Amino acid sequence: MDNTDQISEKDKKNEASTHKIGIYLWIWGLLFVLSFFSYMVDWYQFQGMLRWSLILFFMFAKAGLIMAFFMHLFWERYALVNVLLWPMTAIACFIFLMAAEFQYTLFTRMFYFFVGGAA
Amino acid sequence: MSDPKIDGFELKPGFRGMASDTGSDQTMFKGVHWGKAMMWIFLLSDTFVFSCFLISYMKGRGSTPAEWPNPSEVFALDAFGVPVPLLLIALMTFVLITSSGTMALAVKYGYEKNRKMCGWLVLATAVGGLTFVGMQAYEWSKLIHEGVRPWGNPFGAAQFGSFFFMITGFHGFHVSIGVIFLFIYAYKVFAGHYENGGKRGWFTTMKGDYVEIEILGLYWHFVDLVWVFIFAFFYLW
Repeated sequence: MDNTDQISEKDKKNEASTHKIGIYLWIWGLLFVLSFFSYMVDWYQFQGMLRWSLILFFMFAKAGLIMAFFMHLFWERYALVNVLLWPMTAIACFIFLMAAEFQYTLFTRMFYFFVGGAA
Repeated sequence: MSDPKIDGFELKPGFRGMASDTGSDQTMFKGVHWGKAMMWIFLLSDTFVFSCFLISYMKGRGSTPAEWPNPSEVFALDAFGVPVPLLLIALMTFVLITSSGTMALAVKYGYEKNRKMCGWLVLATAVGGLTFVGMQAYEWSKLIHEGVRPWGNPFGAAQFGSFFFMITGFHGFHVSIGVIFLFIYAYKVFAGHYENGGKRGWFTTMKGDYVEIEILGLYWHFVDLVWVFIFAFFYLW
């Protein structure tokens, strides 16, 4: 608590305080490395759960780095961060709903193509 | 990059701070420029639009019994006579991340009031975006020559084309709008519209400030962010 107060005191004095260039270059480099790895997932033709877990891991790592540091969310106050991130749970729910839905659609299609509706 | 200086209000950290910020009977986003808050809310709504496209793509691809075209073959490109999978897409990703990095540095130099450096970096970002759009135009024309249409294609499931053109087209449209604004803002930075208290903008009596470069940067990083998801779900799946 005291520590954060000191930091905000320092910020008040130094109005034009910006982040060091090193952090941007680090994130930039990491984004290239992560993109290279996610390309390698396709290059080596990994399949199944390994492919999916790698794709999703690199995707979320890249998205997180861009949002946290390039879009400065890491340094924003929670009032803004939470307004932005909580609605994403609605999207996650929607993804689960539609994933259940496409499996059902595929099932009914296969069923009527091969078994037929009249039987 | 907030600059929270509210007179007579004690800023608390973390979730306690969120509660007191929200219940303060004042502005909720302490120290956040209104333009930045508005851009974030726009980007949130845009997230929902892109999510709807990607979710409908997931549903369409998952529910068809027809075989889906293999992306690493459809999007392969011949380099010196050898087909390299996803070569063009990898280059497009590289270009977009490069432009995202130059944009992040432009925001930093803008806040440091380094006019020349900021202007050149915004211009470099614009050129990167233009390169991306050019490569996408090439990709589209190549696929159209190969017979990919929104209603069918020679590689497999007929839905492939409609999802491809809709999703990458909407993303490319965002990039194109971004490029136009990047060129405009590169001019504004070089012309010194944010120097010495700022020059009046269009249709407004408000003075310009380098925070506008951060707002533009938020949009540009969002375009890069969407590409991360498209790259994962459309090209790698």
